[in-house]
Amino acid sequence: MSEAKEAGGPLPAVSWLKLPKGGDPYLEGHKCSSCGAVFLGQREHCSKCGARNAMQAVQLSNQGRLYAYSIVHRSFPGIEVPYISAVVDLAGGGTVKGNLINMDPDPAKIEFDMPVEVVYGDALGRKDRDGNAYISYFFQPA
Amino acid sequence: MSDVYVMGVDMIKFGRFPEQTVPEIGAKAALMALDDAGLTIQDMQALYCGNLGQASSMVGQRILQQIGQTGMAVVNVSNACATGATAFREAWMAIKAGVYDVVLAVGVEQMGKGLLGGGGTGSGIPREGLLGSGTMPAVFAEAGMEHSRKYGTSFEQFAKVSVKNHHHSTMNPKAMYQIETPLETVMNAEMISYPNTKLMCSVNVDGSAAAVLVSEKKARELGMSRAIRVRTSVMSSDPWQERDLVMPDVNTCTRIAAKEAYERAGVGPEEIDLVELHDCFATAEILHYENLGLCSDGEAGKMIDEGQTSLGGRIPVNVSGGLLSKGHPLGATGIANIYEVSTHLRGEAGERQVAGARLGLTHVIGLGSACGIHILEKAA
Repeated sequence: MSEAKEAGGPLPAVSWLKLPKGGDPYLEGHKCSSCGAVFLGQREHCSKCGARNAMQAVQLSNQGRLYAYSIVHRSFPGIEVPYISAVVDLAGGGTVKGNLINMDPDPAKIEFDMPVEVVYGDALGRKDRDGNAYISYFFQPA
Repeated sequence: MSDVYVMGVDMIKFGRFPEQTVPEIGAKAALMALDDAGLTIQDMQALYCGNLGQASSMVGQRILQQIGQTGMAVVNVSNACATGATAFREAWMAIKAGVYDVVLAVGVEQMGKGLLGGGGTGSGIPREGLLGSGTMPAVFAEAGMEHSRKYGTSFEQFAKVSVKNHHHSTMNPKAMYQIETPLETVMNAEMISYPNTKLMCSVNVDGSAAAVLVSEKKARELGMSRAIRVRTSVMSSDPWQERDLVMPDVNTCTRIAAKEAYERAGVGPEEIDLVELHDCFATAEILHYENLGLCSDGEAGKMIDEGQTSLGGRIPVNVSGGLLSKGHPLGATGIANIYEVSTHLRGEAGERQVAGARLGLTHVIGLGSACGIHILEKAA
C-alpha cells in the first residue's frame, strides 16, 4: 500500500489525502485538462465535459472559504456531537467537506465565506480492524 | 400516441407495520387501487413495482403471489426516493408506447427508525463525524444553508414549512400524524442538524400506494368521470456541478425536470392549482418553491411568510401533510403524491380539498440523484 504504511506510520483517511515521505500532507485533486473541472480522488474520465483520459493530479490549496455548513447534533452512536459539518471552496478550485474545528458550533458566530485553512491531524483516534491509525484533515478559522 | 389516464389510485394509511411483510403491505394498496378503478388483477397487463429496501428480491412478483399470479409482465424498479415515481412513469411509458392498455404501478416500503445516510466506507475507518456528515438531515441542512447564504433565509422560515405541513395533515386521515405543531414547538424540538429540528425531518414510516393507468381507448370504455389525465411525466438526473462531489445538488435536476414538464404539458407554474413536492426536510421545501418556478429566485422565504403555500393560499403545497407529517415510505412516496393530487382533481379530498383544482403537479427527488415530475389534470 502507501509509503506511510510500509514505514508503519498512520494511513490517510481518504485516498485524496496525500502523506508524502518527509513532506507536508496535502489534498490532491484531479483536474480535467480539457475543461478544468476539479475532482477529488483518482479517475480516468471527466464527467463534466466527457473528455477521456484527460485527468491530471493537482495539489489543492490549504486555504479556502466556508460555502455552507450544518451543525450536527444527532449522529450515530459513539460520534461526538455537536460538530460543524462544513463545505469549503478551496482557493484555486476544488470543494471539500469536513469538520470545522476550533469554532463555536453556534450559527450566530459562523459566517458564510469566512476564510478557513486546511489542517491535518490524527483521525479522532479512529483505527481500522488491523489497528492502524489514520491521519485526516480538518478546517479551522484562518 | 395515446393519452394516459389514472383510472384507479389509492394509498394505505401510513404507519408502522413491523409484523407485515413488504409484499403484504404492497398488496393492500394494489387491491385498493384496483377497487378504485373497478377492475381486477386479471384485467392488468403488466405491473411496475417500486421498492428500495428489498430491491433485489422481486417484490412485484411477491405482491402477485398475494393477490393473483396471472403471468403478466413484472418489472421491479429502484431509484432512491424517486422509486415510486419511476414505477409510475415506466407504466405510463409502456402505455404511451402502445404496448399495453391497462397497467398497475405499486410503490411500497417498510422503513426502520433512525438516521438515513452517512454509512461507512466499507474499508478503513468510518468518515461520519470525521469528514463532516453524510446523514440526510445534514445534507439537506447544508442545502438549506446554501439558500440562506444567497437570500438570508432564516431558521424560522424553514421551520414554518413544518408548521404548515403538520397543520395540513390534521385534515388527512391517511397521514401518519394528525398533530398541530406551532412554530415554537417546531423550533424547540430536538435539533438534529441545524437548521433542521426533529419536526423538520420527514417521518420514517411503512406504507404503500398504487395506481391503475390506462390508455385513452380503455379510459373511454371505462368512463371518464373520475379519470385523471397524465399531462406529462418527466425524469432527470443531476448534471455536473462544481460542488456535487461533496454537496449533493437537489436543485438543478429539479429545475431541468420542471422546465421540461411545463414545456411538454404546455402549461406554466401559474396555472397549477396544487403541488405535492419532496419535503424530505423542511429546508428542501423552500428550495423547491423556486426550483419548480412557484416563485422567483429569492422569494421562497416570503412565500412561506405570507402563507401563499398553505391551503387557501395562492398555490397550496403539500396539503397532504407532506413527507414531514404524512410520512415518507421511500418507494411509495412517488405514487402517494399522485394519489393526493388525483384526489383533489376528483374533488374528493374532503376538509383539505383545494377548491376547484383542475391541474396539479407532483415532484420527488431521489438523492444521487433522480428527479421525477408529473403534471396531472382532471379529465372530465
